[in-house]
Amino acid sequence: MAERYKTAGTNVETTVLGADEIILNMGPQHPSTHGVLRVKLRLDGEKVVGSECVIGYLHRGVEKIAEHRNYQQFAPYVDRMDYVAAVSNGLGYCEAVEKLLGVEAPPRARVIRTILTELQRIASHLFWLGTHALDIGALTPLFYCLREREEILKIFEKYCGARLTTHAFRIGGMQYEAYDELEKDVERFCKDFDKRVDEYEALLTENRIWVGRTKGIGVLTADAAIAMGVTGPVLRASGVQWDIRKAMPYAAYDQYEFSIPTGKSGDTYDRYLVRLEEMRQSRKICLQAIEKIPAGPILGKVGKVLKPPPGEIYHSIEGPKGELGYYIVSDGTTQPYRVRIRPPSLMNLEALDQMIRGHLVADVVAVIGTLDIVLGEVDR
Amino acid sequence: MTNDSEEKQPPRPAEAEKSAGTPAAPSASPFAPGGTPSSEAPAKPVAPSAAAAAIPPKPGAPAKPPGPPPPPKEAPPKPAPLDNDLVRRYKTRFSGAIQEALLDRRQAILVIAADRLLEIARYSRDEEDFNLLVDLTAVDWPKREKRFDLVLNLYSFPKNERLRIKALVAENEPVPSVESVWPTANWLEREAFDMFGIVFEGHSNLKRLLLPEEWQGYPLRKDYDILQQDEAWVRENLGIDSGQ
Amino acid sequence: MNVIMPYVLPVLFALVIVALLPLLAGYIVLVERKVMADMQVRLGPMRVGPHGLLQPIADAVKLLLKEDIIPENADRLVFWGAPLISVTAAMLALAALPIGPFFQIADLNIGLLFILGVSSLGIFGIVLGGWASNSHYSLLGALRSAAQLVSYETSAGLAIVGALLLAGTLSTRGIVQAQSATGWWFIFVAPVGFFIYLVASIAETNRAPFDMPEAESELVAGYMTEYSGFRWALYFLAEYTNMIVVASIATTLFLGGWLRPFANTPLFNFLDYLPPLLMLGVAGYCFWRAPKQPVAVQKMFMVAVGLLCIALTLALAMPLAAPAGSLLASSKAGIHGAFWFLFKVAAYIYVFMWLRFTFPRYRFDQLMRLGWQFLVPLSIVNVMGMGLGLALHRQLNWPAAPALILGIVLTLAAGAYLLATGEKHEHPRVGEEEETSVDA
Repeated sequence: MAERYKTAGTNVETTVLGADEIILNMGPQHPSTHGVLRVKLRLDGEKVVGSECVIGYLHRGVEKIAEHRNYQQFAPYVDRMDYVAAVSNGLGYCEAVEKLLGVEAPPRARVIRTILTELQRIASHLFWLGTHALDIGALTPLFYCLREREEILKIFEKYCGARLTTHAFRIGGMQYEAYDELEKDVERFCKDFDKRVDEYEALLTENRIWVGRTKGIGVLTADAAIAMGVTGPVLRASGVQWDIRKAMPYAAYDQYEFSIPTGKSGDTYDRYLVRLEEMRQSRKICLQAIEKIPAGPILGKVGKVLKPPPGEIYHSIEGPKGELGYYIVSDGTTQPYRVRIRPPSLMNLEALDQMIRGHLVADVVAVIGTLDIVLGEVDR
Repeated sequence: MTNDSEEKQPPRPAEAEKSAGTPAAPSASPFAPGGTPSSEAPAKPVAPSAAAAAIPPKPGAPAKPPGPPPPPKEAPPKPAPLDNDLVRRYKTRFSGAIQEALLDRRQAILVIAADRLLEIARYSRDEEDFNLLVDLTAVDWPKREKRFDLVLNLYSFPKNERLRIKALVAENEPVPSVESVWPTANWLEREAFDMFGIVFEGHSNLKRLLLPEEWQGYPLRKDYDILQQDEAWVRENLGIDSGQ
Repeated sequence: MNVIMPYVLPVLFALVIVALLPLLAGYIVLVERKVMADMQVRLGPMRVGPHGLLQPIADAVKLLLKEDIIPENADRLVFWGAPLISVTAAMLALAALPIGPFFQIADLNIGLLFILGVSSLGIFGIVLGGWASNSHYSLLGALRSAAQLVSYETSAGLAIVGALLLAGTLSTRGIVQAQSATGWWFIFVAPVGFFIYLVASIAETNRAPFDMPEAESELVAGYMTEYSGFRWALYFLAEYTNMIVVASIATTLFLGGWLRPFANTPLFNFLDYLPPLLMLGVAGYCFWRAPKQPVAVQKMFMVAVGLLCIALTLALAMPLAAPAGSLLASSKAGIHGAFWFLFKVAAYIYVFMWLRFTFPRYRFDQLMRLGWQFLVPLSIVNVMGMGLGLALHRQLNWPAAPALILGIVLTLAAGAYLLATGEKHEHPRVGEEEETSVDA
């Protein structure tokens, strides 16, 4: 057994090399832990026999901050959690507060929200695909993905002036009226996006190395996935056809036709295929949505000061990473009494340990990549 | 692989409507955000529950603490007692343990006795098909005798329903861990311990999740003062007064 | 003259190689970044010099000035020495390579064996460096590197044997002359051998998709994790030198060395004019782009590059224009030979880059499986197939073409069989049996 000791003056664990097991400290500064995740791996040679995630390096106390801001003031904070999909975060929060208030966004706002959120889902998946491929050693797809993501970010920028942390929505509706060419921009993006996805597929889907690196890696059965609280594409790749957009529609999702892609074996390859198909479905939703954006106001009847009656709400949306839920307790004042954010990445990450047992170090990065975690959301 | 999914019917919405209709009881079924958005109009769901709420003046709801200010809007959503099949099943099974059943903004809430949490959790998963523990968290009400609400958000895939289980927990009162029922509770309970100091009995690895091991205090408690914490840290580690 | 030919000239050549190699490696990096950028819809380095042409210089200066950090628990002596071993071994291998018929430091009669032996020594630098760093990443990288080199050196060696059977000599110069004599580059005679060598050489130089020892997404930087500054630069230099070495071996052995394409066909003699025209074209491009550079220094630099290309054009064109029999005309073989040799080496390295930016990375066990279960058997079969073809041709006096084609077809059949059966042996999860939990 490796004998551990502490280096004088530092907190770094080093080991005297033993014959059987070593502990590899992956992160928090490591090229492929997607931020500041730290995974302590117990290795037998290169085989993982155990692991422990150490998280919290990005903990900002978002839930505590919420208790000291009023409802509108807290809205921009949620963008900083999953900063790769800020629009989705904003949608979840705004809808939760709306439900708490008992108001509803007007139809126009709901459709525009749907468009932007679906674009955000594509952007998030694109970023995932690029970095995931990069983790597995394919350098080039990242830049193709970023090229397309850039188009989406440009649309966001035109809409609200921000690209990443958009704060695009407002409680009760929208912050801004859609700009004139929104439909045209979205249509232009959607028109050749299908071909672009084919392009990524050409690079990866049938590639022997890619298939070899992802098939059968990090298998999560449907039962295990549900037990671990895994949601989103990871759950669907395990064969559970569950999508909150269909199960409990919000925004304007009930008006559009799309299918929920599922996988069979719940391995990394299936998760890859599921997400690719999800991008295509999101594109389909966008195309349907821009066809008919209802006219009308963009902001519902909400006052300047929000005082939700006492009570509580749990509202969740299908974020790009899984079920993104907000549990808000109101005590009738202008500030939320408690805001609990249910981050999909946290639960998905929790499943990491059982997914990597028995695999090699190289598979660990593949599995971390396939979980599509964002540490800002895990740690909040 | 992805193609065949297109042929499959997206079964959920249909199921959702069904489950919305079938469970008897006048009050809306205890599944959370309405199955179809058409029924999501806020006025509709509120009307029946508000009427029901009018008769008993909030029978001992978990003391929503400071005086609820009367919002002057039309029919504000309010927690109301709930009595439907699901609740009745729970009540017959765990007669004394179900202290209260509420419907708040069309979401079902069961308030239970903390010491029977594990039993109820297991029953919820096995008999009532609430197979997904969506979230486990807590709310701090420092003025109450039992200061914490331990909140479990459950979801049932077969029924497409949500259920919230609440247990009132006093400070330093150990709660049975539900890790054995839903493994995902491992981290969630660690987080609740981390943020509120709720101790879960039978948890396999109860230590802080997000904050460093040596952290003092439990940040999401209402009486946690960041300034005090900051000063203590500065004094201890830097040997000066922070002057904040 | 007796002194100059055997002593002074080799020393001169050696000096030129040692002096130019770091520069060359730097520019290969630049080209690599440019090629990568081009494949990834972006521009690559553009800031230092026109089109980033001075980037290697800036990088070199940065690396030399960087702090040389030695980890606290490292074995200092080994840590210091390891990169030197790597770089020395890599450079030594260049000694026996014929860059053109004249430009060669030493034509050893065991040339190829020497190159293989010496370049394999470089692994000591990697293993020692990885071990001395006292870091898990480094150690894992070093172990991977050692295992990988042993595995792929085997198939590379066997692939080379196939070509050696054709040449009948180990002398690098002799090999090229053999190809010159028959007029057939060995890639056409032994294509399977070339393929095996291509794959094995990528793995040997630790390049993607076989860059396991330094897989940045897994092992941060593998055996180089703890290195910085100059020592890191030495490893880097060794890696790129190794690339040049394997490309040179492949060029010599399979691609006809310094020979012009169709060297024996007078009809294609116009190809002699290609090198100067190419250089002229580059020069013209430089002059054309020079006024468009934003800064005066960059304009001047661009013109300078253009002038350099003009000089090269002259050097390449003069032997062609000179009257036959003069000293200048006789230097044609040397100058043009060097051009073609470097051209082929560059093309080979370009293939390396191309593969790197296209493919994901193999996993370590997959790499080993590919090496031992596919490449090694295939290369053994290849040697036997070549042997069979040559025996039929030389002993039984079959015509060359059918004999060799028979050998190749047999080898390919074996390869197809290996591919078909190899699929079944893939175990995604290694050793399912033991499961332990980690304790804090």
